[in-house]
Amino acid sequence: MTQQQLPNAYTELDLANEKTKLQVNDLRLYYGDSLALKNINLTIPEKRVTAFIGPSGCGKSTLLRCFNRMNDLVDICRIEGEIMMDGQNIYDKSVDVSELRRSVGMVFQKPNPFPKTIYENVAYGLRLQGVKDRRILDEVVETSLKGAALWNEVKDRLHDNAFGLSGGQQQRLVIARAIAIEPEVLLLDEPASALDPISTLKIEELICELKSRYTIVIVTHNMQQAARVSDYTAFMYMGDLIEFDTTNKMFTTPSQQQTEDYITGRFG
Amino acid sequence: MDKLNLTKHISSQFNDEIEQVRNHVMAMGGLIEQQLSDALTAIANSDAELAQRVIANDLLVNDWEIKIDAECTRIIAKRQPAASDLRLIMAIIKAISDLERIGDEAERIAKVALESFSSAQQDLLINLENMGRHVAQMLHEVLDAFARMDVESALAVYKEDKKVDREYEAITRQLMTYMMEDPRSIPKIMNVLWSARSLERIGDRCKNVSEYVISFVKGRDVRHSDEDSLEQKARS
Repeated sequence: MTQQQLPNAYTELDLANEKTKLQVNDLRLYYGDSLALKNINLTIPEKRVTAFIGPSGCGKSTLLRCFNRMNDLVDICRIEGEIMMDGQNIYDKSVDVSELRRSVGMVFQKPNPFPKTIYENVAYGLRLQGVKDRRILDEVVETSLKGAALWNEVKDRLHDNAFGLSGGQQQRLVIARAIAIEPEVLLLDEPASALDPISTLKIEELICELKSRYTIVIVTHNMQQAARVSDYTAFMYMGDLIEFDTTNKMFTTPSQQQTEDYITGRFG
Repeated sequence: MDKLNLTKHISSQFNDEIEQVRNHVMAMGGLIEQQLSDALTAIANSDAELAQRVIANDLLVNDWEIKIDAECTRIIAKRQPAASDLRLIMAIIKAISDLERIGDEAERIAKVALESFSSAQQDLLINLENMGRHVAQMLHEVLDAFARMDVESALAVYKEDKKVDREYEAITRQLMTYMMEDPRSIPKIMNVLWSARSLERIGDRCKNVSEYVISFVKGRDVRHSDEDSLEQKARS
């Protein structure tokens, strides 16, 4: 007789069953002489939310910025190792950086809409790509704003200046702008740290909706936020990746003492 | 020495809250130990006054459960404990519900002490008292293991429960013999049997608490494991 089994409330995640989107191999990053990332090896699974947590200066934002080569803009920054995206090293000479940044979008801590209308903010990326057809633009603006859960709030004032929106709305506008060009990966660098709790919850809700279409990597100082939104969590400390596991495991039974101390507020 | 690192949080308020809820669990445990011990003494000495006191004091046990429950709820709401802190709070919430039930069993035993037994029946109570002292010792040890979150002593308590089960079987057999010999004694003997049953249940609940200790330390649920695999999980 076969034993009856309880229905699964949710499937337990397992890195072994995930498709890899980004693969970091022996990544070392120097700012001048100082080593900011020490030999990072990490796999970012596709269409999941991966959170980086750790104290200030641990290298989590630096690592995040490696994924769309934002660190190239820092003169004294030097990188060894590789980051494979879909099997291609993004630090390879043949890679077109602006093409890379098109497929790896980024949202920052402070909402940074352009001093334009709401509509033009979202349409900006497409216009850069040379899209002129009004119908296509209208459609993309609408779907992007809907995707960023902002449509209902702004549909009647699309041609107002974006600075008239609240901070939370601006942040969602920036996310709409990022997804308008249909990236594959979304990098979020503390996307909700400048927002009030309700706007924060809306952003978190949005992240959960977006992960069915994009691979999302989020840096956050708010550990409960990492616990709430992410599927996987990486804990970094002083340029080292200390532990990387499913968020469920990290927040209930982490295997490293340093992780335990950090997430329970015993650090330092 | 703070082996558990319970008071190493950056927030000293959080340290205080955790310390306080642990102290309260220990206070509740102490009270229940006293309750059980008094109930057993009341039976052994046919001390109705003491039995009444045990019955009255059960209300205190209930109050402790509600109070500690509220404290844990508050900590979850305000501190969002994670990892070992979360496991500790979960272990406490579960443990106090077992402890409260142990208190109920002690009360039940005290009620039997209010009955009057003939001198022939007094003999029956001696075996009961032996089993009672054994269970009381188990309770003492599991509370100690819980205070120190000590896996080895929790394991020892876990294993002890088997002996209690055997004692219970022995007493049951003995009581059945008495009942067959003198059917008029059945109502009284049934009461003794219920008390033995209560003690056996206390043993089970001590075993539950020992499982919470192991789960807290090892970070994995060990309930419903057989003894060998539990031991393996506890020592791995």
